[in-house]
Amino acid sequence: MSATTDLAPPPRTDAAIGPWRLRWRRFRRHRTGMASLVILALLVLFALAAVPMQHLLGIDPDATDLLSRFDPPSAAHWLGTDDAGRDELIRLMVGGQISLLVGLVATAIGGVIGLLIGVTAGYFGGRLDALLMRITDGMIALPLLPLLIVLGAVDLTKLGFSSDFAHSTAASFWRIIIIISIVDWTSIARLVRAATLSIKDRDYVRAARASGAGASYVMPAHVLPNVATPIIVALTLTVGRVILFESVLSFLGFGITPPTPSWGNMLNNAQELVTTAPGLAVYPGLLIFITVIAVNFLGDGLQAAFDPRSEQ
Amino acid sequence: MARFILRRTLQALIVLLVMSFVIYGLIGLMPGDPVDMMAAGNPGATPEVIAHLRAIYGLDQPLALRYWHWLLAALTGDFGFSRTHSQPVLEVLAPALWQTCKLMVISFVVSVLLSFTLGIIAARKPGGVVDGLISLFAFAGISVPVFWLALMMILVFAVDLHWFPASGISTLGEGGFIDQARHLVMPVTTLALATTGGFIRFVRASMIEVMRMDHVRTARAKGATEARVVLIHAFRNALIPVVTVMALSFGVLFNGALLTETMFAQPGMGKMIYDAILGNDFNLALVGLLFATLVTLASNLVADLAYGWLDPRISLK
Amino acid sequence: MSELIALESVSVHFDLGGGGLFGGRRRILRAAEQVSFAIAAGETLALVGESGSGKSTLGNVVAGLQAPSDGRLRFHGAPLDAVGWRQARRAIQIVFQDPFGALDPRMPVSAIIAEPLLIQGGSTARQRRDRAAELVEQVGLPRDALNRYPHEFSGGQRQRIAIARALAPAPELIVADEPLSALDVSIQSQVLNLMKELQERLGLSYLFISHDLAVVNHLVDRVAVLYLGRLVEIAPREELFARPSHPYTQALLDAVPRIGRRRARGHVIKGEMPSPLAPPPGCVFHPRCPKAADICRTDIPTLGAAPGRADQLSACHFRE
Ligand SMILES: Nc1ncnc2c1ncn2[C@@H]1O[C@H](COP(=O)(O)OP(=O)(O)OP(=O)(O)O)[C@@H](O)[C@H]1O
Ligand code: SF4
Ligand SMILES: [Mg+2]
Repeated sequence: MSATTDLAPPPRTDAAIGPWRLRWRRFRRHRTGMASLVILALLVLFALAAVPMQHLLGIDPDATDLLSRFDPPSAAHWLGTDDAGRDELIRLMVGGQISLLVGLVATAIGGVIGLLIGVTAGYFGGRLDALLMRITDGMIALPLLPLLIVLGAVDLTKLGFSSDFAHSTAASFWRIIIIISIVDWTSIARLVRAATLSIKDRDYVRAARASGAGASYVMPAHVLPNVATPIIVALTLTVGRVILFESVLSFLGFGITPPTPSWGNMLNNAQELVTTAPGLAVYPGLLIFITVIAVNFLGDGLQAAFDPRSEQ
Repeated sequence: MARFILRRTLQALIVLLVMSFVIYGLIGLMPGDPVDMMAAGNPGATPEVIAHLRAIYGLDQPLALRYWHWLLAALTGDFGFSRTHSQPVLEVLAPALWQTCKLMVISFVVSVLLSFTLGIIAARKPGGVVDGLISLFAFAGISVPVFWLALMMILVFAVDLHWFPASGISTLGEGGFIDQARHLVMPVTTLALATTGGFIRFVRASMIEVMRMDHVRTARAKGATEARVVLIHAFRNALIPVVTVMALSFGVLFNGALLTETMFAQPGMGKMIYDAILGNDFNLALVGLLFATLVTLASNLVADLAYGWLDPRISLK
Repeated sequence: MSELIALESVSVHFDLGGGGLFGGRRRILRAAEQVSFAIAAGETLALVGESGSGKSTLGNVVAGLQAPSDGRLRFHGAPLDAVGWRQARRAIQIVFQDPFGALDPRMPVSAIIAEPLLIQGGSTARQRRDRAAELVEQVGLPRDALNRYPHEFSGGQRQRIAIARALAPAPELIVADEPLSALDVSIQSQVLNLMKELQERLGLSYLFISHDLAVVNHLVDRVAVLYLGRLVEIAPREELFARPSHPYTQALLDAVPRIGRRRARGHVIKGEMPSPLAPPPGCVFHPRCPKAADICRTDIPTLGAAPGRADQLSACHFRE
């Protein structure tokens, strides 16, 4: 080798396109993943269409009309009315907003908790790591649903909140988000910890530390960009799980409080509906099902697109 | 090895202890307390009487102290009385436990058999049509809300077709084996479907992994029959991670059982805990939750041990 | 020459665990034991020794990546405590052995080079860009390297990038931990020349870590020899090469093939370096030393001047 070969950088090739472009290309070839993305986009549009639809049809989603309970589908009520005479379609749309929002916000908060715990454990190591990982293991070993039910049953007035607030929709919305996010952060925490461990002793991190960088610099600059992909996949799957948790809790009466609809609480008295108006028992559950399955397929597609080994 | 078991057991006990305190505290935060309940059923109770009752029940003491008394009593086997059943808690727990065991064990066996079969079939030609269909089925299992699945089963098989009873564990006045079995069909199916999805994905993934390994390829090159390759060489190796995952999935199974029991009105642990929370039956809810925690912890411990025992490459330290 | 940095009986012990609630013997790995030396401004000191002798550990101590378990450091005469380090971070930089692990694959070269400035604050994005452009040329890379990513460069080029990064905050001392050993031989001399040139131009000091005495000959002023975490000899290069005082140094030199010099002493060291978990008593070199006597098995030799050469220190009961 001569001196010149060392100095001349190799010519740019097509391989030098950004890693995200490459992933998007690979993802686009994943059929179920792409289909899921389209379905999810449609579901979001469906939920967002609630307000324009209300105006279009002149319907108030919360207005009860006891004279027109269980109406069959009609021009005014495309999917008929529910047990309180409210328009089922509009309520499905509004409920979708709530359910999707809970899914996203709780995942985001749980993700941040997991991120902080994983980073702390991985970066500082030692006893702190051992302690945090024991807590994580303990958390994983808990029977989640019963625990969530207990948390959902907590009387907020006993925590010093006013009775008005405790029974408001806002309280039930934030309560469900908080209780889900404080139990569902473990997978992110483990992932981030493993990634932090594998990266924190790389020489480029040590060079940064020698210049005086602490965890608050190293994490965003070096660790997180290198683990973004598995985290995105894990977060996607978490969204699906959270939507399921929300629906279960709301269904059991510990989640979003009526009259504000969520896909879960629209099934509240579904057991009776099964015989009287089966449709009302079918639609909300079907939407939950479609959403979650699309989210899971999306996660699968992302996984494939991000995993270089899947390139064949 | 002995040290490993000892350490893990100790850790599990610590988790259990911490959880008992957390749950004790949370239960105290649920609406109403035992004295409120009494006062509600007794309009003549003056504030003084109520305060007196609180003192008798120790409710005026700080949380930590109340917990300590509860713990001491619990350690001697005294878990108190169930308010809704008017029976010692443990006497309510035992039959519910038996009912849940039946449901969970049968569902687990069904779901293991189903997932091994489908997972192995799917792994033989990854990416093929059959694999795609099985994957769809698996994803559906993971994604379906269990309570809604139960609802749909009731809608189709009980309301429309009248094949199976929608609720309970036996018909009044009958209660023979066949009758009980008929009552179990829908709960078991629901729970099995809900857990099979995850299992299939694990079996499939670890079978694909193993099939790529050298010794499997060697066996194939040497002309072993396909069935032999799949079942003897690959499956044995795929078993290790799969068994662990299955043992670890107790929590999922229990979540499912809670919902299934509630939906089909099966008097098991899950429904018992749910009813206890709804009915402000504090003692029962507390013990039910702790018991569920204990069993989950134990099953995780067993999974870890099984992993170390099945896989000689892992040394237990 | 004024003293830049000094180590005063620095020890580094790694606690490998054990001895907790569940028993097991507590295991302490002594990676460095009571090491003292100083580096003057503008000087290059080589740290040589076999693999596992503690070179990198000491390099990390000097670069502030490893806190000593015992002993102290001085920088420009002032103690390196928390406050002292804040000043010294800028002045002491490090270059690693493996040029592939040393650069974040997701950062463009311009960001990599300017990173120390970003970390230390007080600079604008524009200043950092300009500085990166200046440095790329200083280390002999084409200017268009700035917008490329590490995977587009060869090992030697990456090492130049790493050197540019170390130069960014205008340091006084660069710890170079075997910066050549991962490179092709033809590239090694180029990088070595670059380091030499930079030193002359910028008045840098180097702590140059190497397991190879031959490489050291071209660059350094003084040589420190490590064995099992102990400093066994430290001397100006010419004197150490001409008349090694410690038996271990002698053996090391004998192992270096050199043209026009026949093997004076016949002894090649036998066996392997013992584990730093269980260092031998007395002189740690005694199990392998051709000159070992009874006293060596019991008494630890201290560092002292070789007969008649005040600036050549070695730790041997029978130093030459
Ligand atoms: N973080 C650590 N934890 C435990 N032991 C360590 C650690 N870092 C180094 N050691 C041990 O300390 C001893 C000295 O290691 P060091 O890396 O300093 O040697 P070295 O002279 O640089 O060797 P090499 O030429 O192989 O790089 C070795 O036995 C090593 O295993
Ligand atoms: S002190 Fe003894 S054993 Fe150690 S180097 Fe000198 S002669 Fe060899
Ligand atoms: Mg080293």
